[in-house]
Amino acid sequence: MLEKKTIDIDFSQVEAERMRVNMGPQHPSTHGVLRLEVELDGEIVTDVVPHIGYLHRCFEKTCENMTYPQVIPYIDRMDYISSMNNEWPYVMGMEKLMGIEVPERIEYIRVIMAELNRIANHQIAVATFGLDAGAFTPFLYLFRDREMILNLFEWASGGRLLYNYFWIGGLQRDVPPNFKETCLEIVKTVRKTNAEVMELLIGNKIFIERTANVGILPADVAINFGVTGPVLRGSGVPYDLRKVEPYSIYDRFDFDVIVGKGEMGTVGDCWDRNIVRMREMEESCKIIEQAVAQMPDEPKDVRLTVPKRVRPPKGEFYAKAENPKGELGFYIVSDGSAKPYRVRARATSFVNLSVLPVISKGYMIADLIMILGSLDIVLGEIDR
Amino acid sequence: MENNFLYNLFGNNVWFYLITIAIPLVFVLIYALIAILGELKIASWIQDRLGPMRTGWKGVLQPIAEVVKLIQKEDIIPANANKALFNLAPYIMFTGAFAAYAAIPFSSQFVPAHLNIGLFYIFAVGAFAIIGIVMGGWASNNKYSLLGAMRAVSQMVSYEIPIAFALLSIAALAGTLDLQDIIKQQEGGIWNWFIFGGNGSLIKILFIPFTISLFLVHFTSSLAETNRIPFDIPEGESEIVAGYHTEYSGMKFAMFFFAEYANMFTVSALVTICFFGGWQSPFGDFLNSPIMQSVWFVSKAMFFVFVQIWLRWTLPRLRVDQLMFVSWKVLTPVAFVCFIALSYWGLIK
Amino acid sequence: MEAKEIYEKLLSKFDDGILEFKEDKTIDPYIKIKAEILPDLCFELRDNEDFLFDYLINLTGMDYGKDLGVVYHLYSMKYKHRIVLKVDLNRENPVIPSVEMIWKTANWHEREAYDMFGIIFEGHPFLVRILTPYDWEGYPLRKDYVTPEYYHGIRVPY
Repeated sequence: MLEKKTIDIDFSQVEAERMRVNMGPQHPSTHGVLRLEVELDGEIVTDVVPHIGYLHRCFEKTCENMTYPQVIPYIDRMDYISSMNNEWPYVMGMEKLMGIEVPERIEYIRVIMAELNRIANHQIAVATFGLDAGAFTPFLYLFRDREMILNLFEWASGGRLLYNYFWIGGLQRDVPPNFKETCLEIVKTVRKTNAEVMELLIGNKIFIERTANVGILPADVAINFGVTGPVLRGSGVPYDLRKVEPYSIYDRFDFDVIVGKGEMGTVGDCWDRNIVRMREMEESCKIIEQAVAQMPDEPKDVRLTVPKRVRPPKGEFYAKAENPKGELGFYIVSDGSAKPYRVRARATSFVNLSVLPVISKGYMIADLIMILGSLDIVLGEIDR
Repeated sequence: MENNFLYNLFGNNVWFYLITIAIPLVFVLIYALIAILGELKIASWIQDRLGPMRTGWKGVLQPIAEVVKLIQKEDIIPANANKALFNLAPYIMFTGAFAAYAAIPFSSQFVPAHLNIGLFYIFAVGAFAIIGIVMGGWASNNKYSLLGAMRAVSQMVSYEIPIAFALLSIAALAGTLDLQDIIKQQEGGIWNWFIFGGNGSLIKILFIPFTISLFLVHFTSSLAETNRIPFDIPEGESEIVAGYHTEYSGMKFAMFFFAEYANMFTVSALVTICFFGGWQSPFGDFLNSPIMQSVWFVSKAMFFVFVQIWLRWTLPRLRVDQLMFVSWKVLTPVAFVCFIALSYWGLIK
Repeated sequence: MEAKEIYEKLLSKFDDGILEFKEDKTIDPYIKIKAEILPDLCFELRDNEDFLFDYLINLTGMDYGKDLGVVYHLYSMKYKHRIVLKVDLNRENPVIPSVEMIWKTANWHEREAYDMFGIIFEGHPFLVRILTPYDWEGYPLRKDYVTPEYYHGIRVPY
């Protein structure tokens, strides 16, 4: 008779091994060269460690060797999707430091360009968000409309994605002849496509199931982490620099601040952040229509107030503006010479990404992709 | 065999067998080319663009270009992969997909193997694909492929249950598992198709909701069997970069590809046979010659292939646990209820 | 609340830690403080009902030529006022307490200041380099930084 062997396993001590998966720098969904080290317990994410720095181009060090106007093309390349908005806070800061008063027409053109760029940026954000979920078609619809905006930018400044358009004290060159009509056409097309995308993607039951109640970011956590932009507004905080501390001529326009209300899930989930972006496109359309109606036609020379030599007095200034992704700030320290002493770029995506480890614990790896997509980061800004 | 026109032509010798095997194989290959072209073009039209336009007239030679490209690619095998399983996996999957064609009747005169358990055979052979996927995922020595393979197994096994219920209901309704008999029972025009209750008195209108929901359950579960969006978690694409076939290149990848398209047709064919009359013409006896029958059958199946392609490019994909929820908590109970109703109908017919 | 008022209120509590208050046309008004009182001051700024500075907008490292320094930009969501804090640090031994437990924003900003300037933040849970590779040598944004010749066998300046 063989003796029956029994093996005693104390199942409370058996730990399923946690898998460390690397979503490496090259990955279709990480929106750039971002490396995420994900610790998985089956399919549940227990920890995420983002590793950045793959796109570090030493922007701040380079600026110390360039003259003030030469810095502007470098600023474009930070958040390469919304370059017009990038240039604006820097230019505003320099104008305040040097005491330059820019004519009204320039301000109107700047507002229109910035809002068009905001629409273009949100189109990409929503399109790639849908792509991460597996919906290929809205991506192409939105990109088709973005082409109209990029054509306008190419017509005006010579570049499709990187413009060097806002100069200290003015603009690089005047807007093309049919500018106002083209803007209104763009607004019309954007509204039509947005209605389509709302039906096709945002209202789709599968999409709602994928994004509602996923990646919930409470408002106090968001403020403590310094998050800005649609991510903060999606959590219910109505903080929009254009309304709270209006810069340039934003106090002349009538538009709403879109805030996430938790319509499909809880306040601060991925669906909220996404719907904030969709609705902000509509608000930008409103601003563009009003600006086009109010824009004066004189003076035609956009380089009227551009100084021949940019030599600001000794001082320091923190200039900020509402980028599509959040608040972009430039802390400029000048020592009286033609080159800046220190330019520090407070990048939106840098701060927005730091909140990722906190809001993705306990969700599945498919949700991690959606959360990352809803934060809308661009690695050029994070790494500078 | 008696009804097989090839048998009547050749008699019982080796040529008969060879040609019987060759016809479905040639059909699958030609169909795969058409399906690839269809997918590319339909996807482009849905996305408001033109798609391939340069190869041939308006791009019709694109699939040939794709096949040539895949054949001449370098065959890369990862260093630590399990070579035997890695090489075998795509062929097993293709075998599983292709074996089902043995029992599919293209017309009343041609079915390669007239099995009297045809329905059960097709369902059983469909499980081969799962083995192929798991082998491919595990042998690749890649965490992402393993993830994809594990997801695939859980998905495909859970979705077999609603399909089983659907096929059981059809078997109960028809009283037989033989595919040719199931189709023969749906003769007499469109009103006699099983989706409208099969031939019987007008009481069948009471059961039409059940047949239609059974059809929807079957079609949805078939989408999951073929790993198409909204159920294409195993292929992931945005998440785990092609899942179980991440590491495959060249001809082996082409085999996975072919197997997926072959599966699509099998599944559509099964749906047409069970619910839409197979090779029966919708006009009853009009246009019911054997050649027209195969035309009817292929067009109906191709329509469902088109629907599958259409869904892929419209909907986002479901997450793994939502997928399981849909299968176990939605489709299975609905299929069960329909099964009870339809067996009752089969009884009183 | 104006910057001057904030300065006066803080002076009454931390009068030995606060060094300077400067307000000018070309600069943002700032308060220069000593490194030691930084955590207490920041807790005060965040939690006191009059201030409620719950938002750390920016944390910058600075190289003033002779010394290093850290600059903090704070903002209050409720009262919508701003203030700038500056801390000067010795170049040989730039150690400063971390404010990471007060505002979580500081986590990555302080890592960047450490990476670029070599400023050590005491109490930071994970002070490693963030933008440059983990084994990079030198602190790039210092004014006396010399690019290394080789990094893992790759020639750096080209």
